[in-house]
Amino acid sequence: MSHETITPFHGFGLGLRIPHFQNYLNEDVPVDFLEIISENFMVAGGRPLYVLDQLRERWPVAMHGVSMSIGSADGVRADYLERLKALAQKVDPLWISDHLSWSRIEHVNSHDLLPLPFTEEALDAVCANIAHVQDVLERPLVLENPSTYLTFADDQMTEWAFLTEMTRRTGCYLLLDVNNIYVSGTNNGFDPYDYLAGVPADRVRQVHLAGHSQGRHRLIDTHDQPVPDPVWDLFARIYPRLGPVAAMIERDDRIPPLEDLLAELDTARAIAARVAEAV
Amino acid sequence: MNLRDLQSGFIHYLLDEPSTVPQAVHGEAEAGLAVYHNAYRSQLVDCLKDSYERLWAWLGDDGFEAAARHHIALNPPHSWTLGDYGHGFAATIATLYPDDPEVTEIAALDWALRRAFDGPDAAAFDLSRLAQVDWDEAVITFVPTLDLLPVKTNCGAIWNAIAAGQDVPGAAMLPAPGWVRVWRVALQPHFTTIEQAEVDAIRLAASGLSFARLCDRLAQDMGMDSAVEAAGRYLASWVQDGLIADIR
Ligand SMILES: [Fe+2]
Repeated sequence: MSHETITPFHGFGLGLRIPHFQNYLNEDVPVDFLEIISENFMVAGGRPLYVLDQLRERWPVAMHGVSMSIGSADGVRADYLERLKALAQKVDPLWISDHLSWSRIEHVNSHDLLPLPFTEEALDAVCANIAHVQDVLERPLVLENPSTYLTFADDQMTEWAFLTEMTRRTGCYLLLDVNNIYVSGTNNGFDPYDYLAGVPADRVRQVHLAGHSQGRHRLIDTHDQPVPDPVWDLFARIYPRLGPVAAMIERDDRIPPLEDLLAELDTARAIAARVAEAV
Repeated sequence: MNLRDLQSGFIHYLLDEPSTVPQAVHGEAEAGLAVYHNAYRSQLVDCLKDSYERLWAWLGDDGFEAAARHHIALNPPHSWTLGDYGHGFAATIATLYPDDPEVTEIAALDWALRRAFDGPDAAAFDLSRLAQVDWDEAVITFVPTLDLLPVKTNCGAIWNAIAAGQDVPGAAMLPAPGWVRVWRVALQPHFTTIEQAEVDAIRLAASGLSFARLCDRLAQDMGMDSAVEAAGRYLASWVQDGLIADIR
């Protein structure tokens, strides 16, 4: 793979989750790719790596991390990057993604995807961190828009303007989480369709489709529900603009039988086919 | 506010320390910050539940949740990975349950089994090679997941009964303090309760002593006949259990 570009991959996949290990090992599951949570496999040995070794023979694998903290003002941790790179050498993934957020500053790691201010200063910091990560990993990074529950008074631009400038400056790519656009839009008062119109569609290599829950004052990105209609509608709107893309259902909690997720994936396939035809 | 101060302030907010971050939030700050404040804790509680499943069952939801929140308040995470967060929870449990030693021992066993689950791989020693071993010189290498936990209670029996969904025995002291050895065979973590003399033998063997010298050392405590009998018995169980990676 070139250090500068990521070849698109067109297909429909699922996130690999422990309750479905046996299905993938023993059955002919109709997915085009699998996405792994990188940190679950950044371990010394045992069952996770044993399963992954077998599945990567049968499906292309995208690595999706939650611990990079690309927005940290004091940079990305070297020990994390070394482990991530070692896993990538084993897996030979389609690409490596993480989130446009931060989790750690100095020595405290919240392990949560915390929101960044959309300021010039944060943009500079994020772009410097991306450039460093891409140098170490020797490949472009893919970053996902997280669900957010607040914005900052000092914000100088929209999230989609931030993403546009970030991809332009660094050459990184995007993982567009359609549910997160809906959740963040509802919580922070922007129109998800403005977001879709503003996002650099040519940089999108992957799409997440997921569900959410209504909290007391905010929509919460729980990933424990089927994909709801407003999220399917947004997917139908953006899909024709994306070019070849890897789309998947992302379920992290209250994980149903694999058939249920495959049925949702069929819905994604049907919508994609319908809207592609209409164009 | 610059980015570093904003991020430090956000972490202080999550940790219930004085923070200027509410003033930096657009509009009404409380509702959005509350989501992060809650998510930080609930994710760590879930992480501890995942790593300490049998302890959770033994303490029940309320007891476990209280212990977890106490631990979280005292121990913000520092590691690059959430997977390490369970480290040290058994020590917190020991301070919360000083008069119930089985609680701490169940916790330590949960954590040792979790570490064995994704610890380093090693093939178990091939039985067919036993005949070729020169026992005067041979040194035993144990699998890297081997761990030894001191125990005074029937924590192993409690753990097994919870795992099997059987009637769980009450906590009881063992007739004499012993040990639990934890290790992984292929993909499966195991544990078994063992006596002090076997722990002595494992430690002697792991220190690089040949098997013949190990028998001599055991004989100092129990006499040569008993030592040879015990060493043979231990060796047979180590080989049988997949505890040994190599003998050479
Ligand atoms: Fe996502």
